[in-house]
Amino acid sequence: MAQEFEWCSLMDNYCHSVHLVESKCKGCVNCIKRCPTEAIRVREGKAHIIEERCIDCGECVRNCPNEAKAVLSDHMAQLGEFDYTVALPAPALYGQFPEGTPPREVLAALLTIGFDHADDVAFGADLVAMRIRESLAASRSVRPMISSACPSVVRLIQVRFPNLVGNLIPVISPMRAAATIARYEVSRMTDIPDERVGVFFITPCPGKISAVNAPAMYEDLVISGAIPIAEVYPLILDKLRHSPDEINRVMDRLHPGSGLGLGWARSGGEVQSIGEDRQIAVDGIHSVIDILEDVERGKLSDIDYIEAQACVGGCVGGVLTVENPFITRRRIRILATEYADTVKEVESSPLAREVMAYEDWFKHDKPIEPRPALKLDDDMAVAIRKMDQMKRILDDLPGLDCGSCGAPNCQALAEDVVRGLATEMDCMFKLRERVRELAGEMMGLAEKVPPAMGHGDRKIVTSQSEGTEENDVVERSGGESEPGSGESAGK
Amino acid sequence: MRPGCRVVGGLTAWPLSMTDSSTSLRYQFDVSGGDFAKAGDASSKVKRILQQIGANPEIVRRIAVACYEAEMNIVIHADHGSVTLEAGLDGVTVTVEDVGPGIPDIEQAMQPGFSTAPDSVRELGFGAGMGLPNMKNCSSEMVVESEPGVGTRVRMVFANG
Repeated sequence: MAQEFEWCSLMDNYCHSVHLVESKCKGCVNCIKRCPTEAIRVREGKAHIIEERCIDCGECVRNCPNEAKAVLSDHMAQLGEFDYTVALPAPALYGQFPEGTPPREVLAALLTIGFDHADDVAFGADLVAMRIRESLAASRSVRPMISSACPSVVRLIQVRFPNLVGNLIPVISPMRAAATIARYEVSRMTDIPDERVGVFFITPCPGKISAVNAPAMYEDLVISGAIPIAEVYPLILDKLRHSPDEINRVMDRLHPGSGLGLGWARSGGEVQSIGEDRQIAVDGIHSVIDILEDVERGKLSDIDYIEAQACVGGCVGGVLTVENPFITRRRIRILATEYADTVKEVESSPLAREVMAYEDWFKHDKPIEPRPALKLDDDMAVAIRKMDQMKRILDDLPGLDCGSCGAPNCQALAEDVVRGLATEMDCMFKLRERVRELAGEMMGLAEKVPPAMGHGDRKIVTSQSEGTEENDVVERSGGESEPGSGESAGK
Repeated sequence: MRPGCRVVGGLTAWPLSMTDSSTSLRYQFDVSGGDFAKAGDASSKVKRILQQIGANPEIVRRIAVACYEAEMNIVIHADHGSVTLEAGLDGVTVTVEDVGPGIPDIEQAMQPGFSTAPDSVRELGFGAGMGLPNMKNCSSEMVVESEPGVGTRVRMVFANG
């Protein structure tokens, strides 16, 4: 991770789910200003994403007025590539439909629209909550522990809070748990080879899509793809009226999660499901950053667990959902209360007992690595020199943070300059200043008349600085080009 | 590794300065007493700078904690002060000085749990009397100087490696 960033116009390059639709981008500054990791720069009128810094939070997708930020995802059409398919509905899916729609209706509809089976991610959440409780009880050496369920938060910690990687709870996400359960179940129910089984997460956000396709903590791709909630929503909406018989037939094979597992869809649901005393739930990427700053200051060492979600309101606020997140929140709360008591049933179900016996299934395959993206150079001596240079450049910039240079603020431009990705003249104000200097010099030159052409009287007086009225005029016109002389004096 | 803290009565001139100026940095941030809303800003800036020069993450973590404690001390007790960061290849020095009431008995202030913070501050979750002990634990070396009625200066050294 040296000074050179890889510029990634995500047109043709699948490194992140969030990408740019170049034809729609006007090169405005809305996305660069909102990006929580300062990962976007405008170059040649188009927004580019610095791959190392992007955490797929979707803030740019949310804030682009031209719909130029899009999400690369998997699609329903891919179901045809497999002999057997399983849907993993994110709990947020249940809140998309009219109040009173029971989760089993939605599960049944998933089987009607083309999936052969469904494993409820809320069920996975119930089991993950048990594992997190165990993990918190087993070791108290690091506090607070931080949820690793939101992939954008995990990535944020990797790139911006690398010191806190060790605080991430070493327990898999509910999505991953559901996928593991799905593969286990299918292997018991059928003799279809594993690679012919397609397991698809129904996702509320681009963060999960990237996590599925380039996971930070897993070796293998247990999940075949992630399909946006927005894509399955109209299909499901069409199929919501099943007869009780149909539903009962389907439910024989399915394992819906409890209300507590379902509650993970909204902010606060995860800590409620885990049920420890000393917990904090924080949502919205900028608020998450504030809380992580506090953790780094050692302010929250009396807190055991932090639920942190990149989207405001939690997963219900994901950019790939359909319904207004505040409405979804209410629906999820109602469902979570209605089915809260089923948690004992879920925890003691035969499937839960079987799966929980495999302890390794709930651990990350590999430790989550820090990926610090702030470092100016691998060589500290060079980094220090660049830092010093950056300070001087920054002192000289106007500090308006206008974004016209393509960087989100003056500090970021100064950083880009020392990284060799920009020049000080990218700043409109610096450029104008320079133009004014040059214009001043030109004026000065234009006023200089060769002695052979006359005006000898004035020349003699001014060169001696005798302070005549005429001389004052000349002095003043010289004074107007002061930024030039001031700059050379300042350097 | 950590010889602990030296306690010096009265304010003296600092004998040390960072050795090689081409490979060291110096930043100073002002801190206002009583400004709880901005408390922590200086430490965040210090942390970011250290991350940018690629300082060892463990050292950054310790400095972030110690620097925040020291900054809070200014906010809670003093009129105003500053946090000065000096970073070089061999380590980092953080000097936190303030114009304020000073510490009458530094030995006592170093005892875990000893606090002179008013109740109004304790209710905010600060002033538990762990500030100086915590700073000492985080740093390789710490020197506290104070003169009652004048101010306090705390210099913390964080050695690399």
